[in-house]
Amino acid sequence: MSEKMVFLALQDNEDARPIREAIEADNPLAVITQFPGVYKIDAPGRLVINRESVEERIGRAWNPQDIHLSLVTLSGNIDETEDYFALERT
Amino acid sequence: MEQAKKMNMKEKYNAMTGDLAWDFSYKTEAEIFPLSDFEGIKIEDWSKWQDPFRLTMDAYWKYQGEKERKLYAVIDAFGQNNAHLGVTDARYINALKIFLTAVTPLEYGAHRGFAMTGRAFPGVGAQVASQMQSIDELRHAQTQLHTISQYNKYFDGLHDPFHMFDRVWYLSVPKSYFEDALSAGPFEFITAISFSFEYVLTNLLFMPFMSGAAYNGDMATVNFGFSAQSDESRHMTLGLEVIKFMLEQHPDNLPIIQRWIDKYFWRGYRLLGIVGMMMDYMLPKRVMSWKEGWEMYFEQNGKMLFDDLARYGITMPKFWEQSVEEKEHLTHQLWLTFYSYGHAAAFHTWIPDDSELDWLSEKYPNTFDKYYRPRLVYLREQEKLGKRFYNPSLPQLCQTCQIPMVYTDPKNPTKRVYRETIYNGDRFHFCSDACKEIFEHEPEKMSQAWLPPHQIFQGNCGGATIPDVLKHYHFTENDGGEFLHSRDNANWNLWKGLTPDEEAA
Ligand SMILES: [Fe+2]
Ligand SMILES: [Fe+2]
Ligand SMILES: [Zn+2]
Repeated sequence: MSEKMVFLALQDNEDARPIREAIEADNPLAVITQFPGVYKIDAPGRLVINRESVEERIGRAWNPQDIHLSLVTLSGNIDETEDYFALERT
Repeated sequence: MEQAKKMNMKEKYNAMTGDLAWDFSYKTEAEIFPLSDFEGIKIEDWSKWQDPFRLTMDAYWKYQGEKERKLYAVIDAFGQNNAHLGVTDARYINALKIFLTAVTPLEYGAHRGFAMTGRAFPGVGAQVASQMQSIDELRHAQTQLHTISQYNKYFDGLHDPFHMFDRVWYLSVPKSYFEDALSAGPFEFITAISFSFEYVLTNLLFMPFMSGAAYNGDMATVNFGFSAQSDESRHMTLGLEVIKFMLEQHPDNLPIIQRWIDKYFWRGYRLLGIVGMMMDYMLPKRVMSWKEGWEMYFEQNGKMLFDDLARYGITMPKFWEQSVEEKEHLTHQLWLTFYSYGHAAAFHTWIPDDSELDWLSEKYPNTFDKYYRPRLVYLREQEKLGKRFYNPSLPQLCQTCQIPMVYTDPKNPTKRVYRETIYNGDRFHFCSDACKEIFEHEPEKMSQAWLPPHQIFQGNCGGATIPDVLKHYHFTENDGGEFLHSRDNANWNLWKGLTPDEEAA
């Protein structure tokens, strides 16, 4: 693998489902690997979770820091604002 | 009244961490932070510390409170519903016994260590991050203790974990790793735990193990595991941040940090071998092999982590190639060791059934059939003849990692590695070049390691016979030995209405 990859893993539960869907919609190169109870999302270079995309799916306000409730692990450098949470490796 | 302008994330973080500090008027900084420079790490400007999550104390309490509420609701439900009967089979519980007796005291050790760094670091950002983590780790110890108390009602081996942790031969492996770090200075501690253990290696502890728990129906472990793991992303990020911060502060820091990374990578890898054994041998339904896990989380991801640090001059930890060469041998050698010393462990051991042996053959095509399967099959036959093998001797331990000296040279897989060195007229033994080198850099410290077999021979562990020592460990007659003949197995068959195994005692 020559390309620099980032990843995060989320608990496989209802709380994390809209986050997963937002990631799938906004990161076309992301690849999801399912394990029991947890899934790992790998992407080349950058992986972003947008506040708006999650809010569209849940129909209420969502703070990117809420990711703390579902995160299992991550790899990459964090870039976080009020509007998104991203992992980068360049 | 005028509405206060809402602060953005960065302003809020600065207001609620950096602004919490104060200047000292009648004591010097050196008097207040006496541990901050003896390790040789030079920090010029603590205000350059950046927490990438920018988590403030008020948000921290909110999120942690929510995690706890969810978790304890599940733990209560678990007890009310006899959920211990939902696991795949009673052999699985033995993996959990190792985890809970080995890792729970480490969580508590991490709580103590981060309380120390929170006090010892002169920078407020580092103090706040350390305090949060110290509280997290105490929470992890507590949630695991609640899980222990659930399983302890039904299964053997979990009745006295903290007493055992300070005495038992194999628990000295995790204990000595953490105590090596805890007895160092604050910068070495945080490199050892936050970077080497949590950032580089912890994925291998939690990802396959928690997935394994989910796969094997152990919902109590899944819940405390994922609840703890949701804190772990923050801890891992702290590990990376602290390394970058130290490297950016002064060029003299690089060689010191590289040496710590080399040391704790190797020590952590040796410790994780036990997790590998759980993945390959102890989960009735397996998630991935140790070899696959090492490839995914160390060879691929670990390389990228170190690429991130290359611009500071950090290189891959010394001896990492050795870990890759050993990957097809490690877990088989460890399981055979624990099987042989099964009478002196607080969990049960067994020979895998045929389908499990086939899985191992498939996962380890270059080594398993050639070196290990025939030995396991032989031991199973001996057991059937009523001659279950136990090794009556005490193992010789590596002075550094404290694992019995059982590992062989991957280039010559039937030959064990023995390394030794003389210090102050005494001869010390090592499982590997890496463990020898760690000792030789700090012989005054490492020569004082508390090695259980030595302590037994010196008369410090209740007596000279195995029953004396097991009594000293607070083991009961039901805690160890062959799974087939165990009380756990008999109870399990009874609870599940299964026909007792022919061989069960
Ligand atoms: Fe922890
Ligand atoms: Fe942690
Ligand atoms: Zn060693």
